[in-house]
Amino acid sequence: MRYWEDFRAGDVFIHRSAPVSAQAITEFAREFDPQPFHLDPALENDGLLGGFCASGWHTCAILMRMIFDSYLEGSSSMGGPGVGEVRWLKPVRPGDVLELKSTCLETRASASRPEMGICRFTWDLFNQSGDHVLTCTGTNFFGRREAGAS
Amino acid sequence: MSMVRFFEDLRIGQQTALGDYTFTPEAIKSFGKKFDPQRFHVDEQAAIDSHFGGLVASGWHTCAAFMKVYVQYHDTIRATTQLAEGERWPAPGPGTGFRDLRWVRPVHAGDTVSYSMRVQDKIEMKSRPNWGLVINQNEGVNQHGDTVMTFEHHLFVERKP
Repeated sequence: MRYWEDFRAGDVFIHRSAPVSAQAITEFAREFDPQPFHLDPALENDGLLGGFCASGWHTCAILMRMIFDSYLEGSSSMGGPGVGEVRWLKPVRPGDVLELKSTCLETRASASRPEMGICRFTWDLFNQSGDHVLTCTGTNFFGRREAGAS
Repeated sequence: MSMVRFFEDLRIGQQTALGDYTFTPEAIKSFGKKFDPQRFHVDEQAAIDSHFGGLVASGWHTCAAFMKVYVQYHDTIRATTQLAEGERWPAPGPGTGFRDLRWVRPVHAGDTVSYSMRVQDKIEMKSRPNWGLVINQNEGVNQHGDTVMTFEHHLFVERKP
């Protein structure tokens, strides 16, 4: 089990996704973001997004899954309070293989909960061409191996 | 007031109730299995033993549900509004991102969240004369009246032709 104590500022985790399929994009869109540019794989060169692409919220959900697969699975994760900023820099298209770089910026004990520690991360997603797809700063809560120890 | 809202039609401070979304256990687990399989999002028994005390929705599920009611709200207006002669709907504008996304309280299985948005700022853009950047403050409130999530949404809205 990976606990809060096992994370250090400066730690970097790299994780690569399976290709994002057109079917996954339309499936998410039908349920949560049914706009033409997320529903119709044949849409090309249309509007600001330049045609069919994943919902930005789908990209965030994929980011979450990649964070889980990268370092949350088998950890003492206690969830998170939110994220500071997300910028959708480049649309995610069918066939894209994404790489997640998670950089631990800071770790600190929780002042109010002795059983919990806090890790702040920057998460950067890149596609197979090296384009920066998304950048996000946020926080994970983890259980501590020894509650309240310094 | 016309429901056709180009950049110029939006007023700072304008508040809109978008709609509700109920987080059934099935929807929570389905989203969790695909995107956020932490035990408190996918396993009812393990969730009871966690610090949440029961199944809770992934924070990203609460965001996706916001988007669902946001799109539904606009689709409903389009389906029920008769356009005047020469009027048309603005082209759908993509979001550029968001800030200060806070999952203020857990969303438990069975909770119904009501989402709203308030226009916080409008920014004209020299680089994109056909579009304006709108900053909305969005909120989700549960059936007890407690805020469960807030964020500042940045998105493009078409300017009047």
